[in-house]
Amino acid sequence: MEPVLTKYVREPNSFTLDFFLKHDGYAGLRKAVSMEPNAVIEMVKASGLRGRGGAGFPTGMKWQFVDKKTEPRYIACNADESEPGTFKDHVLMERNPHLLFEGCLIGCWAIGAKVAYIYIRGEFYHVQRVMEAELAKAYAQGYAGKNIMGTGWDCDIVIHRGAGAYEAGEETALIESLEGKRAQPRIKPPFPAVAGLYNKPTAVNNVETLCNLPSILINGAEWFAALGPEKNGGPKLFCVSGHVKKPGVFEASMRTSLRELIYDQKFAGGIREGRKLKAVIPGGSSVPILLENQLDVPASFDDVQKAGSMLGSAGIIVMDETTCMVWAAKNLLYFYKHESCGKCTPCREGGDWLFKILTRIENGEGEMRDIDLLTSVGNNIAGKTLCAFGDAAATPALTTVKNFRAEFEAHVREGRCTVPADWRAAKPLVGAH
Amino acid sequence: MSFHPLMIYDRQRFQQSERRMVEEGPPFTFTAARRDTLDELLTKYPPEQKRSAVLAALYLVQEQQGHLTASGMRHVAEILQLTPAEVEDVATYYVMFFREKVGKYVLQVCRTLSCALAGAERVTEALAEKLGIHIGETDPSGMFTLLEFECLGACDRAPIVMVNNEHWHEKATPESCGRLVDDLKARGEAALSGCHLRVEK
Repeated sequence: MEPVLTKYVREPNSFTLDFFLKHDGYAGLRKAVSMEPNAVIEMVKASGLRGRGGAGFPTGMKWQFVDKKTEPRYIACNADESEPGTFKDHVLMERNPHLLFEGCLIGCWAIGAKVAYIYIRGEFYHVQRVMEAELAKAYAQGYAGKNIMGTGWDCDIVIHRGAGAYEAGEETALIESLEGKRAQPRIKPPFPAVAGLYNKPTAVNNVETLCNLPSILINGAEWFAALGPEKNGGPKLFCVSGHVKKPGVFEASMRTSLRELIYDQKFAGGIREGRKLKAVIPGGSSVPILLENQLDVPASFDDVQKAGSMLGSAGIIVMDETTCMVWAAKNLLYFYKHESCGKCTPCREGGDWLFKILTRIENGEGEMRDIDLLTSVGNNIAGKTLCAFGDAAATPALTTVKNFRAEFEAHVREGRCTVPADWRAAKPLVGAH
Repeated sequence: MSFHPLMIYDRQRFQQSERRMVEEGPPFTFTAARRDTLDELLTKYPPEQKRSAVLAALYLVQEQQGHLTASGMRHVAEILQLTPAEVEDVATYYVMFFREKVGKYVLQVCRTLSCALAGAERVTEALAEKLGIHIGETDPSGMFTLLEFECLGACDRAPIVMVNNEHWHEKATPESCGRLVDDLKARGEAALSGCHLRVEK
């Protein structure tokens, strides 16, 4: 498939306004503002565009739910990319920021918003500086701000810097953080479409989702839908990392199989040093593991779900045979216990316990009953919290026990890690502080 | 009184809060330039929603004095018409705010799965050994602080070492990090430029 989103990212000046204008820049917006806002929403619905942040919810439908009677309304762009294994929005924002601005403006036009807030994670400050310089140029040349492209329509874009919180990627937590509070999720309903930022109707959309809008407006809904399998249309960015030869962001149709993404020379190019693949996390650290024999499925939202996992944010983490799965689960549980916002007890306390139990097993101090204890604690977190974080935190423990139980048992039996690797620290570091 | 035979309140410390108070620090006011920056930022939010600028204001405090202090947070509270507790509530939640004195260069090694698979643990180990400190500590000269950090969103360039919340050093190895430390000692901030996007280049 010919790249759509990342076609120019390797050109030296791809991030500049001049370059963007020479390559259909702001043509999608021009088309949008010539249409009725409702017609734009219908077009996006017809394209079948699904949110690229992880849940895969249809974007047009999300916009339709926005309460159009209350003023003002907002677009909040989720640029908090924090899901371990995900790094697609970074490249879009750094190499093609105007595409995102254009997408934000199209979204604003569609739902009748006057401001789009781009919530960018604090660690992307080098990206934010590129974006701010380019946004100033867009303002100066009339592509944002007052009287956009001479149409008499005003719309602002504000870049808001976060400060390091994974939970801020959850839509209601993102809104809380935008309001200057702790990034903790809200009780839903009401959904952001009714009462979001400052209690006003808000659509929260991922960076990649918004970046897909200009091409839909220019080329049409049918073109977009035809790029992928049914209900999974459009180009998709896949992030492949871990033990592969060429980690990176690859744009492909969702017809491409997971195996191709990992092994094909066009993509990640296979496993490092000729080793064997052991496990794949196909959608960011929060989703269940797939094994070697489960990779021949198209990497689409629906097909990966049928295979027993989720496409999520399309962060594909590949682990080879030198990876200890107890260690991997422990590594991720440290992440989840550290990042839990603390609002719901099952996640706050359960995540900590999962980490403690995994540490015990990995250090060779575990007992056989600890393995079932992991499952029990995990099942008491998943589905029992306000946001999906609880499910995400339980998943690494549940999925590794389910698929690699023998490895856990070997740790307990032999009292040590049975899969040592030369790329790990000589002594365990995590938990030492 | 105890709820459990193993939790004897007098002899053990179960009842004690682990909350660490933020030090008071010297009296704090923004420099005129930073105050202007903050006032400019405030125009981007609805006038009655000044609170939205609290993260930006705390970054400015940190930029001015290296870390957050109680007097700095009170100053932010006054400007944004919040209570000091509301500002502290936010400041203690986000990991990019330092609530104690840190070194001139804060080395933050990403430790989450993709970086760990690419050898981040070895990098942290090498840095700790080179600087003679543990994770979370500052070296005696006050120049370096070593921290572990959660996923930075750059797994294709793993492992990543971030310096001072913004400068990325990509595809780090124990050797390259040793060189980075030496370079920072010798050349100061000049050593931080030009390290980003090594993969694209």
